[in-house]
Amino acid sequence: MRRISLALFIALLLPALAAGASKDTKLTLVAYSTPKDAYGQLISSFQNTGAGNGVSFSQSYGASGEQSRAVAAGLDADIVAFSLEPDITSLVQKKLVAKSWNKDKFHGMVTRSVVVFIVRDGNPKKIKTWNDLLKPGVQVITPNPFTSGGARWNVMAAYGGALRSGKTPKQAVDYLGKMWKHVVSQPTSAREGLVQFLAGRGDVFLAYENEAIFAQKKGQPVQFVIPKATILIENPIAVTSTSKHKAEANAFVKFLRTAPAQRIFAQNGYRPVVASAAKGFNFPTRPQLFTIKYVGGWAKVEKKFFDPNTGVMAKIQESGGG
Amino acid sequence: MAARAAALPSPRARRSPAPGLAIGLTTLYLSVIVLLPLAALSWRAHGWDAITSAQAVSSLKLTLGVSVVVALVNAVAGTMIAWTLVRDRFVGQGFVNALVDLPFALPTIVAGLTLLALYGPKSPAGINVAFTRWGILVALLFVTLPFVVRTVQPVLLELDTEMEDAAASLGAGRLATFRRVILPNILPAILSGVALAFARAVGEFGSVVLISGNLPFKTEVVSVYVFGRIESGDAGGAAAASVVILAISFAVLLAIGGFRRWVTRHDR
Amino acid sequence: MIGKYVVRFAALGYLTALLAAPLGYVFWRTFRHGLGPAWAAVTTPDAVHALKVTLILTAIAVPANTIFGILAALAIVRHRFPGAGIFNAVVDLPLALSPVVVGLALLILYGRGGWLGGHGVVFALPGMVLATIFVSLPFVVREVVPVLREIGTEQEQAAATLGASTVQTFTRVTWPAIRWATAYGVVLTTARALGEFGAVSVVSGRLAGKTESLTLYVQDRYQSFDEVGAYASAVVLALIAVTTLLLMTMLKPKEETR
Repeated sequence: MRRISLALFIALLLPALAAGASKDTKLTLVAYSTPKDAYGQLISSFQNTGAGNGVSFSQSYGASGEQSRAVAAGLDADIVAFSLEPDITSLVQKKLVAKSWNKDKFHGMVTRSVVVFIVRDGNPKKIKTWNDLLKPGVQVITPNPFTSGGARWNVMAAYGGALRSGKTPKQAVDYLGKMWKHVVSQPTSAREGLVQFLAGRGDVFLAYENEAIFAQKKGQPVQFVIPKATILIENPIAVTSTSKHKAEANAFVKFLRTAPAQRIFAQNGYRPVVASAAKGFNFPTRPQLFTIKYVGGWAKVEKKFFDPNTGVMAKIQESGGG
Repeated sequence: MAARAAALPSPRARRSPAPGLAIGLTTLYLSVIVLLPLAALSWRAHGWDAITSAQAVSSLKLTLGVSVVVALVNAVAGTMIAWTLVRDRFVGQGFVNALVDLPFALPTIVAGLTLLALYGPKSPAGINVAFTRWGILVALLFVTLPFVVRTVQPVLLELDTEMEDAAASLGAGRLATFRRVILPNILPAILSGVALAFARAVGEFGSVVLISGNLPFKTEVVSVYVFGRIESGDAGGAAAASVVILAISFAVLLAIGGFRRWVTRHDR
Repeated sequence: MIGKYVVRFAALGYLTALLAAPLGYVFWRTFRHGLGPAWAAVTTPDAVHALKVTLILTAIAVPANTIFGILAALAIVRHRFPGAGIFNAVVDLPLALSPVVVGLALLILYGRGGWLGGHGVVFALPGMVLATIFVSLPFVVREVVPVLREIGTEQEQAAATLGASTVQTFTRVTWPAIRWATAYGVVLTTARALGEFGAVSVVSGRLAGKTESLTLYVQDRYQSFDEVGAYASAVVLALIAVTTLLLMTMLKPKEETR
């Protein structure tokens, strides 16, 4: 009797042991909403590689800031991919992401883009530069930088653009104030802004190139112009320090920076961080391109421009200049 | 039972445990579901800058102002719609009745998209109220549509027509009958719906954002401002602002309750 | 007699602008490419799962709030306890909070480091249920309270003096009078639970195929420029709300002519 039960026991145990031995890992990806299609393709692609064999994914997409706050409030994540660095920095402060997350040759970034002007068909008001936004009667739509972290790229692009044209920092801040008087709508997100623009509001919508390209691919009548001076948008990615599958998560992030994966990003409108993957895609270089470092880096910028009580933008909003 | 009799002493009812049980259970439910989260919010509230900035005060004034207008419009329109659905007879009445709650069941994004398309720059009817305060009003009227209608309907259904017939036979005109006989009986129901409409209008976010444009001092409602605080990392300020908004709403709701008691004072 | 037509005309005009036109627009956007794409959009695995999640949330929130609503209405109107006025006003407060703040409050309470944190409430169904109950709390109370005040206590007191127990008084006397009010309260609660987006979005973690409700799915479709998907899913929610109303209407007894 005992021999049979022992055999039975082992017979039942073996499959369980086998399952544990096989790579049935589940990774949770918490990302912002725009790259959803891209990640869908990338995950399938990854699962076909050796490193990704047997790895399944649980995915969550939402507004970058909201997702970051969710992870801070306890949403279990293995990989976090947000639209701007401060959303990861806040997790570093809460010890959910290691301080060394961006100490690699990509500085923690996985995709890029630039700030562009989405204009009406044929660009009737001939809006090409940041100064053109100040032309009388030009109506601008840009998401509210306080309700949409991503909109901060727009503000810094405008500020940096003013600096590039030779203005001093003080004059550039003045430019922001003047430009803000032309803003006729401050939607709470970029997606909302596009809806409003396509519904007929405004002459120009400050947007990100990857979202404009994506909208075009989905059949939206979007035309855009890239100003000579614009900011390089860089989107970060990190493996959390609370991840229970760091090896597989790191493998996935490593995969995302291979040329084939970067080409998938490029197909979805993103500028790759790996130069070779950009071949064959139309990503014009801009002569006066600059990064967030040019305008001071995120830490300084968040304090100087976007502090809700003392920031430059807070003061501009308060003065009714919006 | 349109007329109300003086309350008779009811020793039997008092002896049953039901009142205590009902009060106890419902207070427990209310505490866990509503009061506990509100307490957590208040505990996190930190910093008055969030609610005392000029932008915040402006958005609060706008929101409260529009919400009062929404409540009043609903009081009138809702009563008329409830009347039409209960006392009138026309083709398709049941169909219309079935649709009244739908503005409420639609996700707020869809409501926003729809209203922007119908009453925005590309309006097929040529009515463009988007990016103005009228747009906010339209969006709020849309999402609060069912409230007064649905609170007045059951009361009208229960209402005995005896007294109206009596008034008519005594020579009272329809308007006088409405004012003297019907209105006092449905006013508590109207006020109930008004309270709901006011509260919802104060807290509404999703359906307003698309059509309003959120321009500070012009078309920014307080829920957008508070959201901006959360997104900028000032959750404490957002919580503080929310506590203030709640306190004001609470005061208004208490006032509506008080008004109802004053209006029905002769019936007790 | 003109008065009747004026009221009807005004009411229907208001409803056309604020009800018929928007609903017509939603239906048009859903079906303008035909029935096929709309049906395909709502039968994807993610859509079906999202519908299940919404139905679960509604199936828990509505009965809970209905029972609470009736008991609370009875407590407020019949058992005039001290603080009833405050209780009455607190019941409406959930509506005055914007959905993002509701989510924030729930995260503060049940999230990592919160008073009741770390028990798998947020970023899972329990948190979504709590959010749904929170935002749909007042409707049954608000519906039943005016009717209870309207009908007065005569009949209930008569029943009590005739020896009826509390339960009998409720089922024979009170319930028939508040039945319609409760029905409308249930319909409003259901509609609200179905359509809730903001608070559920914050506390759900938006895990595709797990904690995505149908309203979150609508937003996902809208983000991906899938217009038909977004509107079709909204139509599904609308149909569920209408079905609830029709069910409530059918429960009406035959002897009532109104």
